[in-house]
Amino acid sequence: MTGTDRDSTDSTAIRVSDVTKVYQRYSHRKQFRTLKSALLGGSLLKALEPDERFPALTGVTFNVRRGSTFAIIGRNGSGKSTLLKVIAGISKPDSGSVTVNGRISALIELGAGFHPEITGRENVFINGIMLGLTRKEIAERFDAIVEFAELEEFIDAPVKNYSSGMYMRLGFAVAIHVDPEILVIDEVLAVGDEAFVHKCLDKISEFRRRNKTILLVTHSLGLVEKMADEALWIEKSNVQMRGDPKKVVDAYLARVSLHEEAELSDAEQRAVAAFEKPKATVSSAESSVSEIEPQSAFEREKGRWGSREIEIKDVTLEGPDAVAKHIFTTGEPMTVTLHVGSSGTIDDFVFGVAIFNADGLCCYGTNTEIEQFMPVRLSGDGEVRFIIPELRLVEGTYFLDVAAHQRDGYPFDYHRALHRFRVQSRVKDVGIYRPTHHWEFTPNIVLEPPDSSS
Amino acid sequence: MLKNLFSLFRYRVLIQSLVVRELKARYRGSVLGFLWSFINPLLQLLIYWFVFSYIMPTRDVMGMSPYALFLFTGILPWTWFSASVLESSGVLIAGGNLIKKILFPAEVLPIVVVLANLVHFFLGLPILLAFLIYYGKLNATIVYFPFIVVMQLVFTLGLCLFVSALAVHFRDVQNIIGNLMMMWFFASPVIYTYLTISPSIQRWLNYNPMTHILVGYHQSLFTGSMGHWPWLLAMVPVSGVVFFVGYAFFDRLRETFAEEV
Repeated sequence: MTGTDRDSTDSTAIRVSDVTKVYQRYSHRKQFRTLKSALLGGSLLKALEPDERFPALTGVTFNVRRGSTFAIIGRNGSGKSTLLKVIAGISKPDSGSVTVNGRISALIELGAGFHPEITGRENVFINGIMLGLTRKEIAERFDAIVEFAELEEFIDAPVKNYSSGMYMRLGFAVAIHVDPEILVIDEVLAVGDEAFVHKCLDKISEFRRRNKTILLVTHSLGLVEKMADEALWIEKSNVQMRGDPKKVVDAYLARVSLHEEAELSDAEQRAVAAFEKPKATVSSAESSVSEIEPQSAFEREKGRWGSREIEIKDVTLEGPDAVAKHIFTTGEPMTVTLHVGSSGTIDDFVFGVAIFNADGLCCYGTNTEIEQFMPVRLSGDGEVRFIIPELRLVEGTYFLDVAAHQRDGYPFDYHRALHRFRVQSRVKDVGIYRPTHHWEFTPNIVLEPPDSSS
Repeated sequence: MLKNLFSLFRYRVLIQSLVVRELKARYRGSVLGFLWSFINPLLQLLIYWFVFSYIMPTRDVMGMSPYALFLFTGILPWTWFSASVLESSGVLIAGGNLIKKILFPAEVLPIVVVLANLVHFFLGLPILLAFLIYYGKLNATIVYFPFIVVMQLVFTLGLCLFVSALAVHFRDVQNIIGNLMMMWFFASPVIYTYLTISPSIQRWLNYNPMTHILVGYHQSLFTGSMGHWPWLLAMVPVSGVVFFVGYAFFDRLRETFAEEV
């Protein structure tokens, strides 16, 4: 139930206790079950019984303090939007209760309810009334709304002629000027250009200053860390964690990495498996590692070729503590291990490694020949380790080429772009390479240093 | 349920602006705009007049002369009724965005449909009145007219609430309702008069509330004698019951809308 409850402590804006919401999915059978069969079957209401249920929220409990900014994060389909709907009173929980103290902006989607055929002006009035304003209140705020949306020129044009950006701007402008005590924002800052997003953020900051409560659902974790006082992480309909935004975001990121890790290693296995068979006819003139050039933005094709006289049986990436993984943090050590094997004894061989970014640009490439190692002998199984003490790549996905070949380029085993890893970083710097660096300023230039904890 | 019903009163401004929006949106972009609300019924009446004067001239059946005007008297309220029911069968699905994304009283949508069509009905009345005066048919019984309109409004609202809620769960309703309304049209005295049909059929038609409502219109506007008043009086509780049953049904299913539309 949503409603106002005067008894609850004044400092609580939203109280969600043990809320469970089960969605009722009607099986495909339902599609063929018609009114006729429902009537023939007797009870009409009985025919409306669902066939399948799945939980959207399970025993969710939390309070939102008045005047705080509360962020809800979680992956797609985790139940965030359902939670918002329940709080806004649009849908009702199956069990548990929701208490909302103060007027809540019951708007889950910006511009919901705009009618395309009528003008922006008329839509502002109707949308405002839907959101609980009176005609007079809207008239008073009308100019501010139009100004905020930057739609002075187009306000008397039908909304169907608006661009999606204009549509969203008007929607946000109306929603924010309803001036609720509790503002619900569901991933709205994904729209609009930079300037408008800044304006929205300013407006939200103004809300915070005026001690209003903000409920924020977003995938922008940076925004959560920057704005929220408290964060809630929902995973598969359950509250996973709640508390300090930084901690929650970190835990969430760790989980996402884990998930990504599993996906990457899966993808790698598939890629290698797809090129398992050695291709017999390879001329020695074909490309060798030493000829790897920075390629243009064309996506490099995956491939594997070579005679397999030396075979690269497996490639593992290890972080610190020799833990195999696919996700690294900028600055972390990385070891590329080639598990090689040969049936005979070979005295002419070169090992090479190259790193490409997602655009196919060669970030770095080297081999034992370039670095003037002289091959002497190789027999049986062994390991080749390429050790990077500090991986100074910026955030992104990278591909790894590894190769074993003769000094004249005749390939034994060449893996092109079969191995993939991700680099993540808290600092969103750009480019490819992050040199070790720091900043210094003379005393007359004052900057607040970033949070030391990050 | 009653609480919800009373809270409807709070939404009157919303309902009013949505009705206005509906009417504006309907004619937005057309050259003649609102004039169409007058021109449409006028053209309709002219067609009837032409058809029943020249193509298939009707004999002077008692109580239906001039036939074009008789027909028009029944067609106007019938159009209000059938358009409302037809439109309300799709209104919740079409308005899904509102129901899913905004805390919005869903019953407003079918109510707006009925009221917007009521406005159309009213806009056709000046034409009807003009011709009633021209043919010297205007009688004192016209005072009963508002009473019949209110009764039809209550009855239509109840039915539309029921149909709109039902159509959310059974999309088939949207398809079947057109045929149903066609049947209902012939089962109501619009193109014929109640008084000339055989008593055995009349007995069955008496179960149809629209029969009495339409006879009411005919008598108050056309014939000028309210001989049908006992039946009309009986329709008062019937309309009320239809409304409450329709609303209760709607109210019962209300919470499923956000998930089903």
